[in-house]
Amino acid sequence: MSLLELKNVSKIYGSLHALDHVSLKVEKGEWLAIMGPSGSGKSTMMNIIGALDKATEGEILLDGVDIAKKNARALTDIRRDKIGLIFQQFHLVSYLTAVENVMLAQYYHSVPDEKEALEALDRVGLADRAHHYPSQLSGGEQQRVCVARALINYPEIILADEPTGNLDEANEEIVVELFRKLHMDGTTLVVVTHNPEVAEVAQRTIVLRNGRVDHEMINENFTGKIKHITLQ
Amino acid sequence: MKKRKMYFRMITASLLRRRSRMVIALLAISIGAMILSGLVTIYYDVPRQMGAQFRSYGANMILVSEGDTITQEQVDATREQVPGDKLVGIAAYRYETVRINDRPVMAAAADMEQVRNTSPFWLVEGEWPSREGEIMIGKNLAQTYNLKVGKRTTCTYAPESETEAEEGETEEIVLDNWVDFTVTGILDTGGKEEDYAYMLLSDMEKLTGLPTEYDVCELSISSNSVGLQTIADQISDNVDGISARLVKRVTESEDTVLSKLQSLVLLVTIVVLALTMICVATTMTAVVAERRKEIGLRKALGASNGSIIAEFMGEGVALGAFGGLVGALLGFLFAQAVSRNVFNSSITLMPWLIPVTIIASVLVTGIACLIPIRSATQVDPALVLKGE
Repeated sequence: MSLLELKNVSKIYGSLHALDHVSLKVEKGEWLAIMGPSGSGKSTMMNIIGALDKATEGEILLDGVDIAKKNARALTDIRRDKIGLIFQQFHLVSYLTAVENVMLAQYYHSVPDEKEALEALDRVGLADRAHHYPSQLSGGEQQRVCVARALINYPEIILADEPTGNLDEANEEIVVELFRKLHMDGTTLVVVTHNPEVAEVAQRTIVLRNGRVDHEMINENFTGKIKHITLQ
Repeated sequence: MKKRKMYFRMITASLLRRRSRMVIALLAISIGAMILSGLVTIYYDVPRQMGAQFRSYGANMILVSEGDTITQEQVDATREQVPGDKLVGIAAYRYETVRINDRPVMAAAADMEQVRNTSPFWLVEGEWPSREGEIMIGKNLAQTYNLKVGKRTTCTYAPESETEAEEGETEEIVLDNWVDFTVTGILDTGGKEEDYAYMLLSDMEKLTGLPTEYDVCELSISSNSVGLQTIADQISDNVDGISARLVKRVTESEDTVLSKLQSLVLLVTIVVLALTMICVATTMTAVVAERRKEIGLRKALGASNGSIIAEFMGEGVALGAFGGLVGALLGFLFAQAVSRNVFNSSITLMPWLIPVTIIASVLVTGIACLIPIRSATQVDPALVLKGE
């Protein structure tokens, strides 16, 4: 059984079909990249997979449970228990320190555990920055805090929305390396990106266009390591 | 870290982060609480303050004797029935018709110190009589007999029953008693008192040759109408031959003024609390609008609406409690200043008012937060992915 399965999922806003009968399967432990031009439906798909929004029609099976039919409260529980989210703009709470931002996810999930949160920060190489506020961290560091927060509750699946969109090359590599480690640990990753270099390191890439899956690519030489292309 | 500790950490950090905005909300709550605490203090203190002021309008209770006169024993027994801190004055009067320049004049004798206490509104040109041989003349009487301060006059007393010999009897020669007086003061009240002459009880005894017994006894007591009625009932029950009655004209006007003043204080308090509520609601609405992205993030991380409500309500309650405490203390100073400037007396702190003000501030802030919090629960968690 796939960890995540979308069956004929559509999201319709008035006359606009943001997603048009999309079907997709993500296996447990898989690293999937979702690409596509602006307006292709990437964010809509992320919202629906991430239980942040409801599909107009279709089935969304997460761990065998159809979340498409769940109400807002049930979707909150699913986000809290099964999904880890990483955002392009990091979205750290500005008045909490790095470790407190990680503990925020624990707070809503169960009980805040500073030791565990510090270990998560250590995993992303930020043990020494744990008590710094977001404004005292670089973009790359903030994104790593965001990664630590996403994985602190051991979610079934981590969804990353343009995780390297606001990062320089060096930090991009660090974040992709973190994803590789998470993948090696068996974490399921779904990464939405504009960046072909980030998409290429995933096991599989699907390309959306006009709300439909345009095509799918399997990375035959999957290493999980980024290769920068120098433009001539 | 315990969940509760994290909760308090988030609330305090959030409040401190938005210091300038929170200072405005805190200021509004503190001012509201100050007015509330101050006006409630005045509300409870006004009857005492105004009661003292009203005593300047004269006696509010009179004693009526079941016999012809009131004795000194009855006056003393009455005095014992009134709590010392409430008794402003007790003035017993003896009235007799005397003659000045061979014309009848109504003279009143009393303890002048007590008369001053029960009738502080009397305007005296010159001095009140304080020694034997001194007399105070009503303004009308002074004009009629051309009496002025410092002039001397003689009063004579001849009881009617002794001046007229009964028919068939041998005419008895009765010599008038007389006393020389110096006019020390002219009394101006605008009332019937201006037709009277006032002297000490000892002079009246000398003039009439009769022991002191009173015709009227007036009391000035600092209390509201309910308290006065209780005291009156107590006097009537415990003092033999005496019935105490309220001067309704005075007590009712006191009650009317006090009740209107208290209504005004209540109205101002309600208006100020409503304004505080509007200010807090506006500030919290702005805070929620400012934090939409953060609320969306919290929801995306799995925060339930209950958690969002608890966090924002926690901030509101913290603001309300702190603002209430500051306001309660400032309110006492405010009430003290009002009391000193308006009533020329100080007030005492009512300790129960501090927790009551804090609770009221927390309630007002909590109610003011309801609409902003409702809009916070309606924030769409998906907005964090939209890069807004």
